[in-house]
Order: sequence, then structure tokens, then C-alpha cells
Amino acid sequence: MNVAVAAYDAKQDAIAPASEAGPAPKRIVVAFGFWVFLLSDIVMFSALFAAYAVLARATAGGPTGAELFNQVNVAIQTAFLLISSYTCGMMSLAVSARQRLNTYMFALVTFLLGAAFLYLEVHEFASMIARDATPQRSAFLSAFFTVVGCHGLHVTAGLIWLAVMMAQVAFKGFRPSVDRRLLCFALFWHALDIIWVWLFTAVYLMGIRA
Amino acid sequence: MNLLGKLSWSAIPFDQPIIMGASGGMILGIVAVVAWVTLKGYVPYLWNEWLTSVDHKRIGVMYIVLALLMLLRGFSDAIMMRAQQAVAAGGAQGYLPPEHFDQIFSAHGTIMIFFVAMPFIIGLMNFVVPLQLGVRDVAFPTLNSVSLWLTASGILLINISLFVGEFAKTGWVAYPPLSELKFSPGVGVDYYLWSLQISGVGTLLTGINFVTTILKTRAPGMGYMRMPVFCWTALASNLIIVAVFPILTATFAMLLLDRYLGFHFFTVDAGGNAMMYVNLFWMWGHPEVYILVLPAFGVYSEVSATFSGKPLFGYRSMVAATMVICVLSMMVWLHHFFTMGASASVNAFFGVASMVIGVPTGVKVFNWLFTMYGGRVRFSVPVLWTLGFMVTFVLGGLTGVLLAVPPVDWQMHNSLFLVAHFHHVIIPGVVFGVFAGYMYWFPKAFGFTLDESWGRRAFWCWFIGFHLAFMPLYVVGLMGMTRRLQHYDVVSWQPWLIVAAVGTAVIFAGVVCQILQFVVSIRNREALRDVTGDPWNGRTLEWSTASPPPTWNFAFLPRVSDRDAYWVQKTVARAKQGQSAQPREYEPIEVPKNSPVGFVNAFFAVVIGFALIWHIWWMVALGVFGGFVTFLVFAFRDQEEIEIPAKAIARFDRDHPAEATP
Amino acid sequence: MRHGALGFLLVGAAALGGCSEGVLDPKGPVAAAERLIMLNSTGIMLAIVIPTILATLGTAFWFRASNTRARYMPDFAYSGRLELLVWSIPIMTVILVGGVTWIGSYDLDPPKPIASAEKPIRVQVVALDWKWLFIYPEQGIATVNQLTIPVSTPIRFELTSSGVMNSFLVPQLGGQIYTMAGMVTQLYLQADYVGTYRGMSANYSGAGFSDMYFNVNAVPAEKFAQWVVATRDSGSVLDAQSYATLAKPSQAVAPFSYRAVAPDLFKSILTNLTTVMQSGEPLCLAFLPSQRVEK
Repeated sequence: MNVAVAAYDAKQDAIAPASEAGPAPKRIVVAFGFWVFLLSDIVMFSALFAAYAVLARATAGGPTGAELFNQVNVAIQTAFLLISSYTCGMMSLAVSARQRLNTYMFALVTFLLGAAFLYLEVHEFASMIARDATPQRSAFLSAFFTVVGCHGLHVTAGLIWLAVMMAQVAFKGFRPSVDRRLLCFALFWHALDIIWVWLFTAVYLMGIRA
Repeated sequence: MNLLGKLSWSAIPFDQPIIMGASGGMILGIVAVVAWVTLKGYVPYLWNEWLTSVDHKRIGVMYIVLALLMLLRGFSDAIMMRAQQAVAAGGAQGYLPPEHFDQIFSAHGTIMIFFVAMPFIIGLMNFVVPLQLGVRDVAFPTLNSVSLWLTASGILLINISLFVGEFAKTGWVAYPPLSELKFSPGVGVDYYLWSLQISGVGTLLTGINFVTTILKTRAPGMGYMRMPVFCWTALASNLIIVAVFPILTATFAMLLLDRYLGFHFFTVDAGGNAMMYVNLFWMWGHPEVYILVLPAFGVYSEVSATFSGKPLFGYRSMVAATMVICVLSMMVWLHHFFTMGASASVNAFFGVASMVIGVPTGVKVFNWLFTMYGGRVRFSVPVLWTLGFMVTFVLGGLTGVLLAVPPVDWQMHNSLFLVAHFHHVIIPGVVFGVFAGYMYWFPKAFGFTLDESWGRRAFWCWFIGFHLAFMPLYVVGLMGMTRRLQHYDVVSWQPWLIVAAVGTAVIFAGVVCQILQFVVSIRNREALRDVTGDPWNGRTLEWSTASPPPTWNFAFLPRVSDRDAYWVQKTVARAKQGQSAQPREYEPIEVPKNSPVGFVNAFFAVVIGFALIWHIWWMVALGVFGGFVTFLVFAFRDQEEIEIPAKAIARFDRDHPAEATP
Repeated sequence: MRHGALGFLLVGAAALGGCSEGVLDPKGPVAAAERLIMLNSTGIMLAIVIPTILATLGTAFWFRASNTRARYMPDFAYSGRLELLVWSIPIMTVILVGGVTWIGSYDLDPPKPIASAEKPIRVQVVALDWKWLFIYPEQGIATVNQLTIPVSTPIRFELTSSGVMNSFLVPQLGGQIYTMAGMVTQLYLQADYVGTYRGMSANYSGAGFSDMYFNVNAVPAEKFAQWVVATRDSGSVLDAQSYATLAKPSQAVAPFSYRAVAPDLFKSILTNLTTVMQSGEPLCLAFLPSQRVEK
């Protein structure tokens, strides 16, 4: 086919630019809005990160990161979260293929991995507190518990959301609203993963250097 | 363990007559209104049509009602402060002890910024933006309702603080270490923090809503450069909200952790860093004022174009200037603390950056001027507010650029010169703007215009009163008076402060005129009826609808081919005069279903907030549980939308022939 | 300097009452330089602002709808030349005032020493609830709510707070600087004229804030020496114990003095409040070079 003619024809059929196409479909609007929310959440984490960076050496004579952080534990936590992102992706595929059983299955694995992540984190916090490395001990510890804890709270919220979503799938099936919400959940879960990578780099990996 | 936490009868200040009087009056007023509404049988109507509404037009009106009510409270604080400072000279202590005065100036700033200015501009954007974009509602209507009611929760909490407990005595910025538990052991700072955290969530959700609406839902044909300038300023304002409100959330969360759990973010000991709070707070705080002023600038753009009978001059420049301000606003925050000891290069950088923001602002002022140039300017009340703004704001901006010079700021920081400066920009900038806005769009919302004479009187009282109230403050600031003084020893300051108090009284007369304007207009509404839907010969799409518009806004989404879409429609219609209109086939329209989730959620937010403030932990748990159940009930609802039959839409258009889109 | 004159006229007219005290009546080189900058900047900007105000009112009035003589130009919505003008006027103004800003920020940087033949007098300042403590480490005395200094001599201030943030300000001598617990800020001021000047806290710090002002007595050098000697003769000693008593909240404290000060009291006030210092580095040192702690 003559490319020049094809291009000319294509231009004749050209649709209006996207900005003039009228209101976007609901699924796109919802996904976009949720992205904007995630960006705002990242801003909030940035503020907590900034606080952590400022206070990282304010140990007030107490324990430092190097003394406290257990890299093995963190590595396992990271593995759990990363794998749960993969299983969440598998769940999203099952949803778009409208396969209920696979959806439940992958959701369950995602949930268990997320719960395991949280268990390890709570365990880490508890052992630190037992060693008198409490958030009340120093500004560094306050910042550490807050930034890591905030991420943990988000994971907790995600798990609750996942459970509710599975109930929605059970009672309502894959109707458009449920589909949109599952899309948002997946975005949320992946974003938490990204934030964890950032967290584990800035706090744990960099924290072992005095 | 005490079942009611820190709460006891001693929380109510029975021994303070002024507070008891004010609270009593407020409670009586609320009871009277509720009783009247109930006895007249309006409750079902109110519940079905307003409290559970997800319609952006209704939500916008409710935001503005909240703002106007809180303006009365914030302004009362101002009157009390000016009165105190007018008399407490030499050895006199005035009538307000420091205990009380310190709460008043803290409440004044908090209320005016968070519960007057923010709801006002959000209300205007809510009502206008979807109409101007030619769509039926915002992107997330139910979320919109949630936002409104969370703001109302914050308002309720701060009003409760008047008679149960106390408010913060730290100033509206609440710097640590003063705001830490050690130096502010009472519940005041907790009221401040929780009411702002709760309403802050609402505001952030609004930001997300409007960014999505403006970027993803516009009428067909409305590309970015065909949007009304008010929508551009709304976009910029909401982008800033999304970018900076999370910083405030995080900062307040850190201060709350310090206060509740003994953390050390900002404490004096164990490594805390109070300077970090100052940085984080103003990283939110400076962009906040641009959140407020940009939509006000948008109002001025709309008003100047409409009442000059010309398009806005320099549309592209205005858009560019708006987005430049949006970005720059986040790069100047240090000018709020040049005096905290940063190095010369840091101070110099932020000083220059703060001035650079004056460039796009200056461009806007000139463009409004050229909009009027060559026009036929009708001196309606919105135009009076606009002109009042233009001639006053530039002087306020001048003092701002002055304060952006660090050596000047080192002497003037925290003086009454500073107080005069920021009122000099925020009152002409934001307050005149929202006043122009509500008088401009009132007929669209309610179907009748506001009385012109009372509007004029209100304007002149505000304009004169503002100058009387604030110009003397520049003088005493230069004379060395610092802010937040409950009494002072330098008697030569007193005459100026008396003049300022008189100015406040003149502004009060202006507020009375505004109230009378409402009363008179409602009484004469038939005579003032807007029958065409286009009382000002407008240029943008909201004027193409009926007044008030139907729930669905437009029976057919307009097809936009140019800027000033409605002006183009009218021009084309005039050219086609005589030709019979093509009969159009109406189709049913789906609109989102009303929902009580916003209102109920807000109720639980108040419960949670109050319980947290008073350390009533079981009530916190109950409130969280209640909120979660509310969310679940909403998530599992079966019907999300209502279909409006084509016949109903056709009937509406038949009943409003003069307002039909040409 | 046409702008300066205009600016001075207008500001002066507006501040008729303010001419005898405050920042428009400087008594030292720092305040004088700051006033000059303020008046120059005001003048530069008024040259733009006043014509703009007049143009706004004039345009609105001339193009009022009832004026049939005015030309209606409904298509006048863009002009490249006007856009250029409209952007360049503010840009040029900002460049001008920005230049003043840049130079001034370095010249008058608070910790920058004042050039003088005289050796600076050191004063250590502690903001308390709700009074000011001034320690003269080289003279070994201290005062509360009163600062006596010799004229034409640079005073080198090292400032901190016992708790909440305050701000040390003497408008007629220069700019202010925040006082913060656990940190030291620095300021140089000088009085060139004998007199009494008002000083205050310029950052709200609680219930007793309104009474947190003090007098600065600028006296001739010999008088200052006499005053130091006289102060050593009466009053109590300022040590850790009497400091702890002083630090308790009190308001409207009448000025008084201490005849002797425990050595290194200032440093101990600093370090007792914070354990921020790791390896001798206060946190602020990393970011704010003007806050070096003396070792």
C-alpha cells in the first residue's frame, strides 16, 4: 500500500485531539483520579521521609540504625511484598478474564503475603521496643517508627480493602463498579510496593552506614 | 480509668461571661433554626434535597453558607481583638485577659483561612466549574459530598471548642515548642490539630476531584485553550491542593504523635527539631494562600470580561501566568522565616524567588486593565469589587515584595506591618473576589439577582473600612509594635489602634449591608427574577442554562468550537435568527443517586475527633467502627444512579423557553 | 535617587507619627542601612504601582458604558507588543529590587561582623518565660530585661532560648533573629547615638509575651565601664541554681542585675536542653552555618 496515500487518508479521518473528545469514560476517570490520590499519598510519605532524613542522626545518645536494623528480616519482608505484587497482578488478570476461582485464589495469596509482611514488621517493632529502642527514646526513633509504621498502616488498610473486595466479588460479581474498585486496589497495592522499595533503600540500606 | 477521659464539667468555662454569652448565643441560634425547620416540616426536603445531595450546585451553595456563617465568627474575633488593642495602652489591661486574647487571635486566623476562605472558594469552584466545562457534575459526586461534610465536621469541632474546653493559644501556625505538650498541656492545640486534620482530608479529596474533573471531563470540543480562565485557575488551585495538603497532614500527624505518644519530632529534648516544623508548615502554608487567591483571580477575569462586553485580554498570557504562579508558589516558603538564621545565600535566593512571583501577578493586573480598555464597562457590584481589588491589591503586593527583601523583613517580621501586609493582599484579593463571585453567580444559583443598592453600600463600607482598619497598622508596625500583644506600654501607638478599631466598625456596617442585601433580595425575589438565565449577557457556558439549572445541567452536552463558548453560541444564534430551530430528540440522562454517606461519615468524624481530643478511647473505637460500617453500607449499595426520563427533560426545557440553549 | 525621594515622601507622609521611633528612626548603622533599602525599594515599586492605580481608575471611568465618546473595540483581546510590555515591566522591577535584595542579604547578614576600630562586646542572650537574660561573659556580669551597651561599639550577640521560640528585636538598631532552645543564633548590632531604645520579643511565646520588652541603654564608653563596675558591687550571683529559679515562668519582671556569672553558664544552658549533639555537631550546624556553637 502506498504509505503517502495511507497517511493522507488517515489525516482525513483524523479524530479530534483527546483534549476535545468530550468527557472520558468512567473507568478512565476513576483510574486517573485514583492516580492523583496516590500521588498525593506519595507527597505525604515524602514529608515523613524528609523528617526522617533530618532526624536520622538525632539519636540522643540512644541506639542507632546500624545497631538496630536486621537486614535479613527486611530482605524477607521485601521478598514477601514484591511477590504479593506479582500475585496481585495475577489477580488483576483473573478479574479481567472474569475467572472467580482464580481471583479468590490469587487474592488469598496476596493477602497472606501482605499479612506475613506485617507480622515481620510488628515483630521487628516489638523487639526494638523490648530493647528500649522505643519511639519515645529519640527523634531518630520517632521518625523511624513513623515512616515505616505509616507504610505498615497503609498495608493494613490494603488488606482490609482486599477482604472487602472479595466479599464484593462474592455478592455482586464482576459488575463495572466492582471492576473499577479492583483496579484501584491493584494500583494501591503496587504503589505501596514502590514506596517500600524507596523506604527500605533510604532507611534500612542507607541506615547501616553510621 | 476515667470513662470520659479528660472531660469533666470543669471543661465548660462557666466563670467567663464573654465566652458563655457567645456560646449561649450560638447554641440558641442553632436551636432556633433547627426548631423552625422542624416545625415547618422542612426536614424531609432538607434531607433529601440538600444534606444527602451529591449535586455540585447544591454542595457549592452549602460550602458558601458555611463560609458566610464562619465569617461572622472570625470577624467577631477581629472586633474583639481591635477593641482590646484600642484600650489596653499604658498600664491598662483591657477587658480580655491573655488567657482569652491568645485563644482569640489563634481562632481568628484558623477560622478565616480554613473555614471561611477555603470553603468559599471551594464552594464557588463547585458551583461554577462543571457548568463552565459544559458537563453534568464533577468526576466524583459522592466524594464531593464527603468532602463538604468533613469540612463541616472541622467547623463543628472548632465551634465546640468555644464552650467545651479551650482553643489553642499558639497563634494559627502553632509553632513548637510552644504547641508541644510541655508548654501547651491543655486540649486547645488538640482541637486545632484534629479539626484541621479532619477537614484537611475533605480538602484533599476536593483537590483530587477537581483535578480529575478539569483534566478528564469537559464538553466535546473544549480543548485546554478553550476553557474559561476560571477553570484554569481552579485547576491550578486544585493542583496545589493535591501537592501540599498531604504535607500539612504529615506535619500535624507528627505533632500529634509528639503530644499523644511522647514522640520527639519537634520537642526541645531528645533530638527534636522545631525548625523542621516551621519548614514543613510553610511548605504547605505559602502555597495555601495561592490556593485561595488563584480562583479569586479567576473570578476577576470572568467579571471583567463579562461586564466589559469583551473577551479577556491576553488569554494565553493569563493561562501561562496562572500556571507559573502555581509552580512558583511552592518555591518560596522560606520567606516566612528569614529571621530563623539561614545563611545569606539561602535568604537571598528565597527573597528573589518571592519577588519573581510578583511578575505573573503583575501581568494579570495589566491584562484586566486591557480587558476594560476598549470595552463598555458596566459598573455592577461585581465590577466594583473588582476595581476595589485592583487599586488596593497592588499596594498590598508592594508591601509583600518589600517584606521579601530579607534586610527589611528582619525588622518587620511579625510586626503589625506584616499583619497589615497579609490582610492587604488577602482581603482585596480573596475576600473581595469571593464577594464578587457570589454576587455574580447568585442569580444562576437561585433564579433572582441580588439587590444592587445594598450591594453598593456593602462594597463602600468594606472598601473604606478596610483602609481605616489596616493602614494604621502599617504605621504602628513601623513604630515598632509587634503582633499578638494583649496590652502594650507605648501610648503613642494607641491613637492609630483606635482608628483601626473604627475601621473595623465600618467593615461591620458592610457586613450588615450584606445581610440586609440577602433579606431584601429574598423578599423582593419576584421583582428581581432572572427569566433568561443570562442576566449579565455572559460569555461562558453556565449562562446558557436555566436559573437555577436542572440537576442534569445540560439536556445536550454543548459542542464547543471556541473560547467564550456561550458568546459564540449567542452570536451564531443571532445570525440564524428567523430560521426555525431543529427539533432535538431528548434522551434519558443518568445522574448519580443522592447518598447519606457524606453526612453520616462526618458525624462519626466529629465523634472520633471529639473523643481523641478528650482522650475518650472507647468512643474513638466506636466512632471508627461506625465510620467503617457506614463505608461498608455505601460500598454494598445496589443502585448508584438514577435515570431521568427523556420526557422530564423535555418538559423542563418547555417550561423554560427563554432559557433554552440557542 | 528620584525614586528614593518619592518613596521617602510618601512613606514619610504615611508615617508622620512613626518618624520619632521605630525603624524609620534608626540609631545604628545596621538599622540605617535597612531603612535605606526599604525606602529605595518602596520608591522603585511606587513608580510602577501609582501609575497602574491611576490607569486602572482612568480606564474604567473612560470606558464606562454610558460614555458614548469612548471607542468600543470588542475584538481587542490580544496585542503582542502590549504583552511584551506587560511582562517586561514587572520583570524589570523585580530585577532591580532583586539586585537590592541579593546585595543586602549578604551585606547585612545578621552574623556578619560590623566593621569597626573598636573590639566587639560579647553579649549572650537567653530568652526565658517571659523575660530576657543578658550575660556579659567578658565582664562577668548579667542583667535581666535591661541591656546597657557602649555607643559606637559593635555588640556581638549569641542568642538562645530556654524553651519556646522567641525573637530578639531592637528595631532602632537593626533586624531580629529567632532564639531557639538547643541552638545558638548570632547577631551584630551597634548603636551610634546615646539614648534609650526599645527592645522586645517579636515571636509570640505565651501568656506573658506582652511584657517581654526591655530597654537598651546606649551610653558613652566611660559610662559603660562605670556601669560594669557598679553592677559588680550589688545583686546576687548567677549560677546554675539561681538560673533555675530565674527560669521559672514569671511576667513583667522589673530590670535587675547579677554581680557575677558562673563560667560557661551559657553553654550549660544550651547543652542541658538537648542531646542533639553527636560528636560535637549540633544538628543545625549541618544546614545553617550562622549557628555555630562555641566550643
